[in-house]
Amino acid sequence: MYYGLTWAKIREAMCLAIPVRIVSIDGDEAETEIAGVRRRVSIVFTPEAKLGDYVLLHTGYAIGVVDEAEAEETLKLLEEIASLSEVH
Amino acid sequence: MDDSILLAHGSGGKLSHELVEKKFLPFLANPALNKLDDSAIFEASGRLAFTTDSYVVNPIFFPGGDIGKLAICGTVNDLAMNGAKPLYLSLAAIIEEGLLLSELEQIVQSIKKAAEEAEISIIAGDTKVVNRGQADKLFITTSGVGIISPGVDISGANARTGDKVLLSGTIGDHGIAIMSQREGLRFSMTLESDCAPLNKLVSQMLEVSSSIHCLRDPTRGGLATTLNELARQSHAGIVVEEAQIPVKEEVKAACELLGLDPIYVANEGKVVAVVDPADADKILARMRTNSYGRDAAIIGEVTKEHPGKVIMKTKLGPSRIVDMLSGELLPRIC
Amino acid sequence: MKFIDEYQDSKLARGLAYKIAQRSTKTIRLMEFCGGHTHAILRYGIRQLVPKTVELRSGPGCPVCVTATTDLDKAIALAHLPDVIITTFGDMIRVPGSYSSLQKAKAEGADVRIVYSTIDAIEIAKANSGKSVSFIGIGFETTAPTIAASILKAQQEKIENFHVLSLNKLTPPVMKALLDSGEVKLDGIIGPGHVSVIIGSHPYKFIPRDYGVACVISGFEPLDILLCIDKLVEQIEKGEPKVEIAYPRGVKPEGNRKARQLMEKVFEIGEANWRGIGIVPQSGLKIREKYERFDADKAFSVSLKPPREPKGCRCGDVIRGAAMPLECKLFRKACTPESPVGPCMVSSEGACAAYYQYGTLENLQGF
Repeated sequence: MYYGLTWAKIREAMCLAIPVRIVSIDGDEAETEIAGVRRRVSIVFTPEAKLGDYVLLHTGYAIGVVDEAEAEETLKLLEEIASLSEVH
Repeated sequence: MDDSILLAHGSGGKLSHELVEKKFLPFLANPALNKLDDSAIFEASGRLAFTTDSYVVNPIFFPGGDIGKLAICGTVNDLAMNGAKPLYLSLAAIIEEGLLLSELEQIVQSIKKAAEEAEISIIAGDTKVVNRGQADKLFITTSGVGIISPGVDISGANARTGDKVLLSGTIGDHGIAIMSQREGLRFSMTLESDCAPLNKLVSQMLEVSSSIHCLRDPTRGGLATTLNELARQSHAGIVVEEAQIPVKEEVKAACELLGLDPIYVANEGKVVAVVDPADADKILARMRTNSYGRDAAIIGEVTKEHPGKVIMKTKLGPSRIVDMLSGELLPRIC
Repeated sequence: MKFIDEYQDSKLARGLAYKIAQRSTKTIRLMEFCGGHTHAILRYGIRQLVPKTVELRSGPGCPVCVTATTDLDKAIALAHLPDVIITTFGDMIRVPGSYSSLQKAKAEGADVRIVYSTIDAIEIAKANSGKSVSFIGIGFETTAPTIAASILKAQQEKIENFHVLSLNKLTPPVMKALLDSGEVKLDGIIGPGHVSVIIGSHPYKFIPRDYGVACVISGFEPLDILLCIDKLVEQIEKGEPKVEIAYPRGVKPEGNRKARQLMEKVFEIGEANWRGIGIVPQSGLKIREKYERFDADKAFSVSLKPPREPKGCRCGDVIRGAAMPLECKLFRKACTPESPVGPCMVSSEGACAAYYQYGTLENLQGF
């Protein structure tokens, strides 16, 4: 019953950027979504981003567009590595 | 009456009486309270449990509840965590001058609803009004008394080696729901606080097993802090599996966005139970028949290794220590 | 969550762990530059997934940790000026300066607010036209473009009460300074994933070329880090150090040109003072003369008492990779997250805070 303890600390994710999906674009800003959470972000650094693209969100700005083809390739590579290890 | 609280509402005079008689009494009515004596009289015999808590949450309205609901559920749950059947609550409100009457009414309605669901009566109350700026809209303190059936012995110190650790559902909902209302965080979601009275869930669990050793609700500090408290009180080690801990996708996403770990985020409608392994499965099954326990899971067990410490086997395989929450006090969430 | 969950798969992690263990014969030392990597390595137990031949050391990639005490003292002094609102990223407020902290200043009546984005700082400036809003600009190349964007926005919208205290720092120059010092012998560097989204991979070419050290850029999920270590081990075992991108879904070799353009428009490169390292030439960003009216350094003058470093604190050593948090006598005793002595224990990206929070069974001994 006694709460001598403190709350969760917001981790200042200064290295981190989260992949969020663009659901609408409004000039320099976009409405994005990740697992049901919506957030407005600035896309001033990613003018090439399109509806449906995933962008990396860092402190309110999209800093890059996620390359989905590369993401696929990486996972394929990891699957191959995993299957090689299973042989042993 | 005007549409907001005035200092005069707290002066003890006519306006004070009007406030109690028009805004509180009609909704919380019960024989003891209706008497409006200086104290409420009741009879009870047996082992009694007694608890108190203050609620200073900001914002006072949040998705899935408000400070009123929180105040009732929080104290009801504290009683339930010792295996007590909650009977009566007291309610003291410190109101900031300027609070809208419509907001106060809404909160009293929440209190009424929560009290009905928990089947408790509020038999004593108090209201005070302070100057603008001296209370953040509304502070509520509730105290509660409950009765413990003979033979029930539930305490944080009772965990034994081999016991299973059960969790009644998804973690992080309340804290994230509160955070989503904070200015500057700019994210929106459909997630609601899990704020709920758990006394019926607990009594159902007690019906199927007499070997429930510990019960605790993981509020501020989250699941991690609660597990550590139990480990320390019982001088036992606890091992949990990250993959077994239920977390909603929205909560995971919000935690990623904010850089939080769900195991440290507050809950207001969950219970951790440490139980005899022989009864774990049937307690789990019973929990799942209650809407507040439908996502219940067995998340770990009590070990004699590393007493007082909590270890988590991560999703990837390696184990790590889960410490108590340490660090900064952030916006009030309960 | 797409592009996150898939990179936490335990089967794929085991596969990588196996491959690395098979390939690694030499004992090697890798440095993860980024605080976010240090945190992830501890949170996901990466050390238990890689063989004992691979040693991991944390580097100076924690923006709060590398802010020099005098710069923090300056921010605290600014906070005490009348009609000034200080806006800052979270962890800065608890770092102890020479005599105080932003949190103490706040308790003494200074207006200090935590923001999550420079966008918030601009909003506060707009809403408080009678006051000056100063943003404490820490961070590396990931954050610098966002700060540049805020200055450009202030200019565009004529928000004259907005200032930035520019403490932004650059990554490749400090890597060079560490490698030059030779204090810690490194075989490879785990490169910062999101800094590299902005700067690309070319700026790291000097690392293998001039120092024979391998450099692989990594994302932040556990599989990303394991893949990066796998590539580093491969390079080092072959004796063929080079710059590689192990995070191709985020990093392009040419980086983000638009972001760099905005940075270069607003900032010019100068020297910077790094805690634990000292002055590193060409490693900091200063606001250009054209935008000097948004420069908090020019807009305000404060007098500072001589800086003091906390006694016994080994934060500087930890930042340079010369010591592990566990080697500091104060760790977990006098220095804890509730009562931190130095910034490495305050910042969630500080190595000491990460070790404190995620300690493994191995470092249970003695505590």
